[in-house]
Amino acid sequence: MNYFRKYYYGDYGDKEAPTGGDTGKAAANEWPLWEVFIRSKQGLDHKHVGSLHAADAQMAVENARDVYTRRMEGVSIWVVESKYIHASNPDEAESFYEPAEDKVYRHPTFYDLPDEVNHM
Amino acid sequence: MPVQNFESHFQEKIDADVRIEPKDWMPEKYRQTLIRQISQHAHSEIVGMLPEGNWISRAPSLKRKQILIAKVQDEAGHGLYLYSAAETLGISRDEMIGQLHSGKAKYSSIFNYPTLTWADMGAIGWLVDGAAIMNQVPLCRTSYGPYSRAMIRVCKEESFHQRQGFESLLVLSRGTPEQRAMVQDAIDRWWWPSLMMFGPHDSESLHSEQSMKWKIKRFSNDELRQRFVDMIAEQVKLLGMTLPDPDLKWNEERSHYDFGKINWEEFWNVVSGNGPCNKQRLDARKKAWDDGAWVREAAKAHAEKRAARNKQQAA
Ligand SMILES: [Fe+2]
Ligand SMILES: [Fe+2]
Repeated sequence: MNYFRKYYYGDYGDKEAPTGGDTGKAAANEWPLWEVFIRSKQGLDHKHVGSLHAADAQMAVENARDVYTRRMEGVSIWVVESKYIHASNPDEAESFYEPAEDKVYRHPTFYDLPDEVNHM
Repeated sequence: MPVQNFESHFQEKIDADVRIEPKDWMPEKYRQTLIRQISQHAHSEIVGMLPEGNWISRAPSLKRKQILIAKVQDEAGHGLYLYSAAETLGISRDEMIGQLHSGKAKYSSIFNYPTLTWADMGAIGWLVDGAAIMNQVPLCRTSYGPYSRAMIRVCKEESFHQRQGFESLLVLSRGTPEQRAMVQDAIDRWWWPSLMMFGPHDSESLHSEQSMKWKIKRFSNDELRQRFVDMIAEQVKLLGMTLPDPDLKWNEERSHYDFGKINWEEFWNVVSGNGPCNKQRLDARKKAWDDGAWVREAAKAHAEKRAARNKQQAA
């Protein structure tokens, strides 16, 4: 059942790299692809906003500023070459996240307390 | 799992409004449809910079020039968001650009019309961006995750485009008789091509039905076109101008405006390459690509050299 995998996101690790079809030769001359993460405000996490092409990290940061922060959407930018990002496999999502499914006692609502208990 | 099961599982997710992400299984046809639609959308943003770029150096004031530059720069950004979204489907950027240059991929035919006067900048913002927004807002909920996220970003920026266009026309419409005439002329030229932006009638639309089932599209071409007519027919009154359609009339029964027949012959003519500016637009894109080749190569060589040097130093 591997034939439909070849078009997976080409940037998630080596195993899933596209192996054929449309993506071959043209990509060889392209600047590498980078994923862009932006901190919108001091105190918040960096969040993935999209991707872009750049020859190196410095150009990627500058391009990210022009493409993703034209309206002051960010105070800090991270870029990472897409090929270095590894992801969990959606085909295995069910078994992968299953261990958390039956642990209702991890949530505060699992516990019945008398109404008189305040501030808890 | 046999492919049919993958397909029905896929359709279940779509029906439940679960977004499809790049690594999820998807029918090959869904992938191809999206590549076609997103890349053509991206090309439209990029080619769309040309008619407006034509007026940057001739804007009537510094304020208008700044606004126009900011708008054109946004359109470049929109093109880039969308190219990235298409790339998640496994097509490379260079390949998409190759398809534009070879004529295999189309872009919105509206950009094959010339921008003859300054009032065209206002008319484009109001009508062309207005029509684009009508199409784009529902795409924020399209079923493919990266496309939907790109569209949310695009839509946030578009509303300034339409407002600055209308405001610019409003100022002209309160000006001299010549300025008023210029506004009316621009509206007359851009009105029908703007209606064509919504694409062929639902009955003739090639890809519509499947795209609705996959929730790539959420409203039909004719539905969106009608909404646009209803909106513009009211707004044009505020400019004290008219739309060039003798059949435009409020229909009490339908609670919509009726409007005249669209010249589809013109539409197909422009799509197939015979619009007033098709050649000029493509030539400009190809020239930009060719002229930039040495920059792409030099930057790549420089980055590789520096990476090699850093590696050596580290060793
Ligand atoms: Fe745009
Ligand atoms: Fe726009």
